[in-house]
This record gives sequence, structure tokens and C-alpha cells, in this order.
Amino acid sequence: MTTVNKKDPVFVVVQLSGGCDFMNTLVPYTNSIYYDNRTFLGIPQDQVLPLNDTLGWHPEMAPFKELYDKGMVSVVQGIGYPDSNRSHFRGMDIWHTCEPDEVSTVGWLGRTIQELDPQGENPLTGVSFGVGLPRAMSKAGVPVTSVSNLDEYGLMSGISARDQRDQALQIFKDMYGQAIGTGPVMEYLSRTGRDVLSGADMIKVAPQQYESTVEYADSPIAKSLRDVARVHTADLGTRIFYTQQGGYDTHANQLPTQPGLFRDLSRAVNDFFADLAEHDADDNVVMLIFTEFGRRIADNGSGTDHGSGGGAYIVGKPIAGGLYSEYPSLERERWAKGEDLEHTIDFRGIYGTILEQWLGLDASPIVNGSYEQINPFKSN
Amino acid sequence: MTVKDLELKAHLLRRAGFGASLTHLESISERSYEDIVEDLLHPERFDLVDEDYLKRYTPELSYHDSHPLYAGKWIWKMINSERPLEEKMALFWHHVFATGYSKSEHPPTLIAQIETFRLNGLSNLKTVFLDLAKDPAMNYWLDNCENHADQPNENWGRELLELFSMGVGNYSEDDIKQASRAFTGWTFEQPLPLYPSGQYESSFVYDPDDHDDSEKVFLGRRGHFNGEDIIDIICEEKATALFISRHLYNFFVEDEPQIPAWNIEPPKNPDAIDAMISVLMENNGELKPLLRFMFNSDFFKEAMYKKVKNPSELIAGTLKLSGTYSVIPRSGETVGALYAAASVMGQALMNPPTVEGWHTGHEWIDGGTLNERVNFAVNQFNDLETPGFTEMLNKLGDSVQGSELVDRCLDLVGQFDIGAETREALGRYADAVGDIDLSNEQARSENAIKVARMIQLIVSTREYQFA
Repeated sequence: MTTVNKKDPVFVVVQLSGGCDFMNTLVPYTNSIYYDNRTFLGIPQDQVLPLNDTLGWHPEMAPFKELYDKGMVSVVQGIGYPDSNRSHFRGMDIWHTCEPDEVSTVGWLGRTIQELDPQGENPLTGVSFGVGLPRAMSKAGVPVTSVSNLDEYGLMSGISARDQRDQALQIFKDMYGQAIGTGPVMEYLSRTGRDVLSGADMIKVAPQQYESTVEYADSPIAKSLRDVARVHTADLGTRIFYTQQGGYDTHANQLPTQPGLFRDLSRAVNDFFADLAEHDADDNVVMLIFTEFGRRIADNGSGTDHGSGGGAYIVGKPIAGGLYSEYPSLERERWAKGEDLEHTIDFRGIYGTILEQWLGLDASPIVNGSYEQINPFKSN
Repeated sequence: MTVKDLELKAHLLRRAGFGASLTHLESISERSYEDIVEDLLHPERFDLVDEDYLKRYTPELSYHDSHPLYAGKWIWKMINSERPLEEKMALFWHHVFATGYSKSEHPPTLIAQIETFRLNGLSNLKTVFLDLAKDPAMNYWLDNCENHADQPNENWGRELLELFSMGVGNYSEDDIKQASRAFTGWTFEQPLPLYPSGQYESSFVYDPDDHDDSEKVFLGRRGHFNGEDIIDIICEEKATALFISRHLYNFFVEDEPQIPAWNIEPPKNPDAIDAMISVLMENNGELKPLLRFMFNSDFFKEAMYKKVKNPSELIAGTLKLSGTYSVIPRSGETVGALYAAASVMGQALMNPPTVEGWHTGHEWIDGGTLNERVNFAVNQFNDLETPGFTEMLNKLGDSVQGSELVDRCLDLVGQFDIGAETREALGRYADAVGDIDLSNEQARSENAIKVARMIQLIVSTREYQFA
């Protein structure tokens, strides 16, 4: 079931923050219930980009459709979990920790990174781009690297003169040297300081080596995915990458805002895979695009409120492509909480799919249980 | 003022406040350590910080603050308030009674909660608990609004005992049920919906029709208890005095193990905790006598640098040194940036990770947060024109010998104790720089950066991570 890789499998997460509206991403364009409930926001039939006789992409998803048409996208329809929590933060916590009932601070990718690099030998096994480390990546004792700006990453990055920064870094290294006999906290601090230094030292080669003919658009998600490409092609041993695109909380003004988000996202993902292909570095990369929940079935006259079931996308060359699970029923008696799309597959099964079929790990201790998986990968 | 004296006062102000510049320490040189403790315990002796300046220079602050802006403003107060213990106690209670945006997404009630901590944080334990029990943000956070006479919800009753007052092992499951019943009918006025009218504060409502007034047996006492009675009983318990003393010790004196381990790990200094319990109980839960006792005790004075600074302490303390974000902000100083800085260091104020609050001590530090802490502190001294750095240069006078540079700069930062290895590394920089001439305008403009680099190195040390 797994593709045989000459290199270690790499997994890239793209988090769409705010709750992306699934119904307007993949539009049920022949369903009158859709148009009855989306009186303001419904995408007209003649504007969708048909995927089959019943579903069509949002018009701004054209670059993404291109990947789908190449067979590189497996769409997970109706992803969610029972009794979806409509709070962004709590919802995101649940996706990050796989703990729907109690609040945990241990992330599923933190556990994954620990499995991949049990001794914490490479501080770049897990790399997150953006401000602050997502909870998904955090686990006490698991070193991961959090990069807000790859070109200026590292300690003392505010010191602009190169020679002075190098001098400061050398002194930093001396100051954070072995701290034998100074107590466990000081020793821990010293080790952490040295890890940060070595991670930064390794990662700085990425922007130096990278060359590409792909011109990414000027958007935050494009910048992040370009950073992923730069680090991945530098071959630094990174197995898990994390990026985010914000802005999906479209309670109001969804009509003008959502197209821009889709344009940025679909173009960035398309460019990213073109970039990897150019570097012959796409055989071992799989991407998961997810969001914390879908939105309400009926629009509110300006936007959509927080809902339940949504969509996720597994993208990459090793992917078989196609539609997975079921599009949630639009029949009123099937609506979750009387107003949401119900979920038709549990997200923990999709994590499990990637963990077992792609990363070769035992999923149940990582996602806290055993859930239905899908088979989105090409078979050999 | 002897070095020892200066060092002790700096320690006190780092712990009971957010640090102090050398200039500030010198300005209070006539006041004894004990006098300064009294000043801290009597905020009313000092004016409130003038928020109008902030509003005038920071147009982002509208009438309805979002929680990140309010939290940023809170850090600005940590930097500028002349009543630092008021802010520190508000932060303390926020750590213990961690309530977050993540569930309610309702800033006005979260803001009102912090305001209450600031107002009554130094009063009496009973007042603090009663405020909390009536606080709409807490009420919603722990579902007491769902705690009905005919259908009790135990979330608040459980956490009140487990996380807020007594700690695991000092009550039974049945006590939780009884306490929960006593708080039925304690709810809040439903605020207007967000759309389209915006968000407004809420207030406590007691609904006698939804209160279970039947008899309860709680911690061995029997009666028709209401919520106030439960709090009265909790405050009589030694377990509560122990739990709160341990929290205060952990926050102000020395890092303890993480809180969930307290029922198995004994206190690091049992004698100190015993003494604190006695003071709290003898004074019927009054907090000032306990804080006075703690700050004046030997165990407090001996605990220098035994705590990892939390992000707010690191940020506010560093900005006090650079003299930026002062009462009248300079252009470009946005309070939103202060909130963001604390967030990336792992302390998103008003949005703690869980109801248990933040894990503290060395758990503040990981690769990402250490990188942020060091870079934040270093970046405050890239600008050679800040008021704080200008003051530092003035204090150095006309020149500094290379051999003195390390010690002079350590004094300026208020970092009086530093490991041999660190000192040696800093010494190598001082040797490379040599003697520094600051005697005239031109020499200063050429050489100021050499001093700034030394300050930057000091604020990036391991030692600087400790309070």
C-alpha cells in the first residue's frame, strides 16, 4: 500500500485557520438545497469549475484543480469528529492534540517527531514556519525549530553587521557551554541554547543553496511554502513541516474575502509542487491541508458562521487522487446540530492514514485510538 | 548603598515587580529594604499610571479593547506602574485562576476579570474567591451557568477545590457534588450577541429559583449552604492556606515542581511553607501580612536567581532597562507588539493553554522560546538613542577601561551574579574591545555601539533568564 521511497518520507501540513467553508470550496452545484441555503453566497452553476456531475471547485481554485486533474489530490470529504466544537481555539486544540474531551498540551506531531527522532538528534526533524509554535508540534523534551523568517532566522538576528553578529554568536556559544555542576535547570538551558545554535547553523544553508525558476506569488502562504521548499531541497533531514494560512473566519464579507484566500492558497500549493518537481524532490513529499471546522450550511446574508464537517486535501506525487469518504448529505434531517454539515469521516483516521501508510509509524498511540483509514496513495 | 543592599533591593523589585533600572534603584537608596516592601504593599501611596498618554499615542486602543490589546496594555502597565505589586498580583491570580479567550471569545468579560484581580488582588483570600465565584468570565469558562438546581454541572465546583483552593487529595468526590449544588443559580446576565451589536460586559446574577437550597454536607459541615458558605468553609481549611502559600512561594520565591505534581512532591522548603501557612491563618486570610512576611524573610532573600523569568517579566524588565515603552510612548511602540512578544515566548496573556494555566520554571524554555527571548532582549539595544541606553552611557562617564567593562555593564543591567564561564566569555569580548573613550560627542557616537554590544551579550546570557 505504501509507495517505496528512495528517501525518507516527508510530511507537510498546511493549516487553514479560522474554519474554511467547505461548501464553497467544493460546491454541490446541482443541488437545490445548496442554493436555497446559500441565497447570498451561493456560487452560480456557470462559475464553478466542474470536477464531476455534482461537484465543482470554487472558481479561484483553478491552480488546485490543475493538480487534482493530474491525480495529485485526494479530497477527504466531510472530515470532522463527533459533536464538533465550534470554538476556533478549542476546535484547533482538538485537531492538534487528538483529545476531544480533555485539554492537552501534547501535540500529535510532537509525538510523531519523537517517534521519528527518538534521541532528538536533529533539531530540524520538525520545522514550523510562522509566528510561535503550533500546539500540534509541541511535546516536552522534543526539540523542534520554529522559524518566522527563514532569511533572518537564528539568534542575534537583529544585529545586522555580519562580523559583529558572528562575534556575538561565538560568545553566546561560549556562554552556553557545558554547565556541569550548576544544576539541572542551568544545564537544560545550556543544552537548549546549543540546540538553537546548531539548528540555525544547519538551516542557514537552505537559502544559500536554493535556486529555482518558479516564481511564487507575493502572499504569506506562498512565502511559507517557498521556505518549506528551500529547507526540503537543502536535504537537512526535516521530516515534518508546518505552515498556516489565516483568514478563513468569514462571518461577514465572505464574498470579497474568500476568493483572495483561495487564489493565494491554490496558486501557492501549485507553485510549491512545481518547485519540488523542478528539483526532483517531489517523490517523497505528501501534504495535508486541513481546517478546524467547516461552516454553517445556511449563509447569514454576509458570511457564514462556525459549523462542523469540512474538507481536507492530501496532495503530492505519491497520491492516487480522487474523492474519498462521502460528501455530507444536504438533506435537512441529516444536518448536524440542526444546521451544520455532519462529518462522514473522523480526522484521526486521516492522521492514521498518513502515519501508517506514509510515515510507517503505529498510529494508535499518536492519535489515541484506532479510526477508519482511507487509501489515498498510489499502489505500486 | 552597599552592593549587597543594592542587590537585595533589585531582587525584591524583580520579584514583587518587574525589575528596576540602576537609576531607579539609586533614587530609592534612602529607603530601607523594609520601607520598600511597605511601599509595594501600599499601592495607594502612588498615583495610578496615566493611561491617557497611551490612548493619545496609541490610536489602536479603542474604547472596546480586544484581548490582545488589553493584554499589551497590561504589559505596558507592568513597565510603567508605580504600583508594581498590584500588577504582579494580578498576574499571579491570572496564573492561578487561568481563564482564556479560547472558550468564550468574549474580551469584555475577560478584561473585567483582570481588572478585578488588580483591584482586590492584595486584599483577603475570601474576597478573592468570592470575586472569582461571581466573575462572569470564570462562570462561563467553567460552565457554572450550566449548573442548575435540577441538573448540577460539577466543573466549577471541582476546579474550585482542585485547582483554585485546596488541591487534589483534600476533599472527596462527594464534597465536589455538594459544593456544586451550593453554587447552583450562580450565573451571569446574558450579554448581547456579537452580531450586529458588538460585545459588552456582563454581570453576576443570582437566580434563587435555580438554586438548590436543600441541606448539604461539605467537608464535614452540615447546612443549607449557598456559595458564600462554601467559600467560608474553604477558607477555614489548612489545605487552602497550604495550597495558596505554595502558589505564592512558586510564583514569588523559587520554582516548585509543576502544580499537578504537588500532591506527590513535597515543597522544596517545607519550613518556609509552614511559616507562611501560620501567617495566613493567623491573619484570617489577609494577604498583605503574608506578603510582608514573605518578602522580609530570609528564605526570600536567599532565593536570588532561583526562578526562571516568565515572559512578561522578561519583556517588562528588559523594556524598563531600555527605557522604551515609557509613560509617553515613542512612535512605533504599539502595545499589540508587547502581547505578541509574550505570546511567541509561550505566554499568551488572557489565553492560557488550559484551565491549569501555564507550566512555569524551566518549562518556559524551549528552542523556539529561547530564541525569541534572546532576540527580543538583544533587539532592545540595537537603537543607541533609547532613553535607557543613553542613561547607561551617561553613567559610564568619560571612559571605561576594558578590564572594567564587564562589571560596569553588569551593574547597569542589574545582573549582579554571573557564572565564571559566562564572565570569562564576556571578558573575551571586553578584551577585544579594549578601553572605551566616551569623552566627547564624536567618541561617543563611535564607541557607544561597543557598550551596546556588551549589554546585548549580558541580556542574552543564561543568567539573564532567571529572576
